[in-house]
Amino acid sequence: MKIIGLIIALSTGVLLIYATGDFPGWADPASPASLHLSPHFIEKTMEETSVPNIVTAVLADYRGYDTMYETAVIFTAGLACFILLRIFVREEPGERLYRHVLSGVTVRVKKGAKLPPSADFERIDATWTPPDLIIKTVCRFLIPFIQLFALYVIAHGHHSPGGGFQGGVILGASIILLAISQDLRTSVRRMREKLDAVLCAVGVIIYAGTGALCLLLGLNFLDYSALASVLHCDPVTARSHGILIVEIGVGIAVMCTMIWIYNNVSSTGKYDEGL
Amino acid sequence: MGDLIQMVVAKYNYWIYITLMMIGLYAMIAKNNLVKKIVGMNIFQTAIILFYVSTGAKRGATIPILEHGHGGHGAGAHMVHAADYINPLPHVLMLTAIVVSVATLGVALALAIRVYNRYDTLEEDEILAQIREK
Amino acid sequence: MSQQYPALLVIVPLLSALVISAAGWINKRLCFPIAVAALGVAAYSSIGLLLRVLDEGAIVYRLGGWDPPMGIAYYVDHLNGLVLTVVSVVAFLNLIASKKSIELELGDKTAPFYALYVLQVTGLLGIVATGDAFNLYVLLEITALSGYAMLAMGKDRAQLSTLNYLYMGTIGACFYLLGVGYLYIVTGSLNMVDIANLLPPLYESKAVLGAFIICLVGVWVKMAFFPLHAWLPNAYTHGPSAASSLIAPLVTKVMIYVMIRLILTVFTPEFAFNILAISKPIVWLAVVAIFMGAILALSERNLKKMLTYIIVAEVGYMVGGAWLGNRAGMTGAILHIVNDALMTLCAFLVVSNIAYKLKGYAFDDLKGLVRKMPFTMGAFVVAALSIIGVPPTCGFFSKWYLISGAIQAGQYAFMVALLFSSLVNVVLFFRVIEICYYEPFADDGGHGHGPPSEPMAEAPLTMLVPLFIVAAGLVLVGIYTGDIVNKIIEFAIPQGIV
Repeated sequence: MKIIGLIIALSTGVLLIYATGDFPGWADPASPASLHLSPHFIEKTMEETSVPNIVTAVLADYRGYDTMYETAVIFTAGLACFILLRIFVREEPGERLYRHVLSGVTVRVKKGAKLPPSADFERIDATWTPPDLIIKTVCRFLIPFIQLFALYVIAHGHHSPGGGFQGGVILGASIILLAISQDLRTSVRRMREKLDAVLCAVGVIIYAGTGALCLLLGLNFLDYSALASVLHCDPVTARSHGILIVEIGVGIAVMCTMIWIYNNVSSTGKYDEGL
Repeated sequence: MGDLIQMVVAKYNYWIYITLMMIGLYAMIAKNNLVKKIVGMNIFQTAIILFYVSTGAKRGATIPILEHGHGGHGAGAHMVHAADYINPLPHVLMLTAIVVSVATLGVALALAIRVYNRYDTLEEDEILAQIREK
Repeated sequence: MSQQYPALLVIVPLLSALVISAAGWINKRLCFPIAVAALGVAAYSSIGLLLRVLDEGAIVYRLGGWDPPMGIAYYVDHLNGLVLTVVSVVAFLNLIASKKSIELELGDKTAPFYALYVLQVTGLLGIVATGDAFNLYVLLEITALSGYAMLAMGKDRAQLSTLNYLYMGTIGACFYLLGVGYLYIVTGSLNMVDIANLLPPLYESKAVLGAFIICLVGVWVKMAFFPLHAWLPNAYTHGPSAASSLIAPLVTKVMIYVMIRLILTVFTPEFAFNILAISKPIVWLAVVAIFMGAILALSERNLKKMLTYIIVAEVGYMVGGAWLGNRAGMTGAILHIVNDALMTLCAFLVVSNIAYKLKGYAFDDLKGLVRKMPFTMGAFVVAALSIIGVPPTCGFFSKWYLISGAIQAGQYAFMVALLFSSLVNVVLFFRVIEICYYEPFADDGGHGHGPPSEPMAEAPLTMLVPLFIVAAGLVLVGIYTGDIVNKIIEFAIPQGIV
């Protein structure tokens, strides 16, 4: 198999390198890619969409249809990890372990016995280790600032590098940081599984729904200038607002998918202790 | 000789990325461990992303964010020259490709977990031996 | 609303898949009606779109209101319209037929399965309708990811087979992406028609040659063209019945459509057939694919796996037919996309009926099945006749066009391969039919004399009625082949090909 792999890799590499013979040089300002479409994007973005960040304008407006499917791809991945890994019905173990939070005493509850009230007791597993105090505290301080930064990245995507995907990943990372620094049950308590799954679909529905709204208002799908009548502004500003709305949808979808994938993969579907 | 050197200088970025791609492709085909194949897949896809992004570069140009920003569209807008900004389109395309690569990585890892739960090993030859025994 | 059919075609399924996924957490019984409604709207839109194309010619739908090549555009002509109709109708019929089978095999995960099903159909419809090369890659990935998730829900070896499918599928998609990248570097555009306009001065360049070959190899990996077919038999056999009967008829055919679109529209036939001299080697490769598919099918004792090897041979028919370079061959290939989707759907629906009622579909389990499931076996006989190529079923007519194309192009090896494959199909299917019809039923009680009186345990009506519709469709499409060829396919192929 190694020899076949070597032959395939070498022959493909030789073909590809041979084909670069006719390429324009690196960073050539006169290459066809720089002369055909991109001058239109660079020069006309401000007057057609009033968004200074050209990448965001192209991503969410000119090629917004691609981005909608990209959001659907990330949703599909979350759904795939869920359907492959999630185990709903688990056999109840013979006994469950609870830990009194204030004193640190572990309580063993036999099957069928009365459960302690959940405010003072937290459910743990046999493999539980106490989270490190420094890490736990520092992360608890950091997470709100991380989320604030993520919201800034989403909202400021028009003017600086950023946008829905980047901000959504940072938001998701904040919740995953909670799961890593403490344990999975803590983060699932904050962001419940059902809410997560429904919000993920809602994020993509915001994107596709905005496009469908434009369709119902008479123009083509994802033509944000149709929103001018709803938002009471001129078509160019409507495009800018449309881009913001879909970026918010993308951010929500990406955040929830990242959390969903992490929850399923790290606990292999059982939603217990996690990593 | 000078000709060759000039060609290398003009195109070495493409050659480096193609070499990276082939390393990833070789890992996907030739390695035995399922997770190493996944790592090879990631290298392959990342090299393609780098390949595309490098085609967007432009000598003497800056990032594609208009500097005068929200100065309003219409009166007083500065003249924008395309030669001052790099090509935004490969960046847009590669945002999509990065997301696709992350999605595929997630699904591949979920599948590898299921395979491991079933066969207790991640080496392909041991799995095939177990299958043949049944 | 008819102006918006191209958008409705993909948006309604996409939104419904998201709604199904959210609704599945609230009430599971909502999922199936929403899915049926979505695919029904998609089927209606695609038929409406085909009728509009027959009236008006090619339709361009600008997404986001931007003109191509700035924005993304749908480009629907006769070729597209035909394949869109086939894909949406096949997916719709399969969904209705698979309801009981999904509930049996998937337990408490039916809601996400329906969502993935509709997402897969969205991806397939989008691939066929789009006119933008990079958009095709994104939709390819949606199709692939939802396919992997659905196929991995089977038992036993399903996850390992799907992981191998994932590796090969990712290599194929990445090769296609590389090819699009090369084209972008030398032309600067991503829109298919725009690239076709910009390419002619560049036909002699190495980059265009490299782009074509790497795109072609990528698409071949995804359509399981021999020798890149290794992922297909295992992945399709071990998946759940509903997933196999959706993916097997459609995904490989849509990839063949992508290849034909690359040949006919992006790199025009003049480049593909005249300037590059690779038509003959590719037809020889197709010959080898047909032979190997037939021989490997002969060695299988499992009905579902045998059918997957027949798919490998059928892909060989279509690739060879497209690369013959003449009008009859290309007509045969496009007609075979339609016919093969219907035949494969019929065969896989039969297998899913059998899997619903019995425990397995190895040949030993099929003994005397005709007494237990007479209607299903009747439909199986129709599918078998069509795959063999007996008139008036549709399979005969596409083989006829392929053979006349082969004779016209002087590729006699391809003609011999087609005839050999038909003979092997006769052996394969009559072997199965003999076991089903003439062997005594498995637990006969050892008597063996006199016809045993089994109670008929046929599959439920929701699984039988779509099966009958498809079997009837096989004969109807055969009878109306002349209309299909003269009104639709004739205009799908550019005038330059003789």
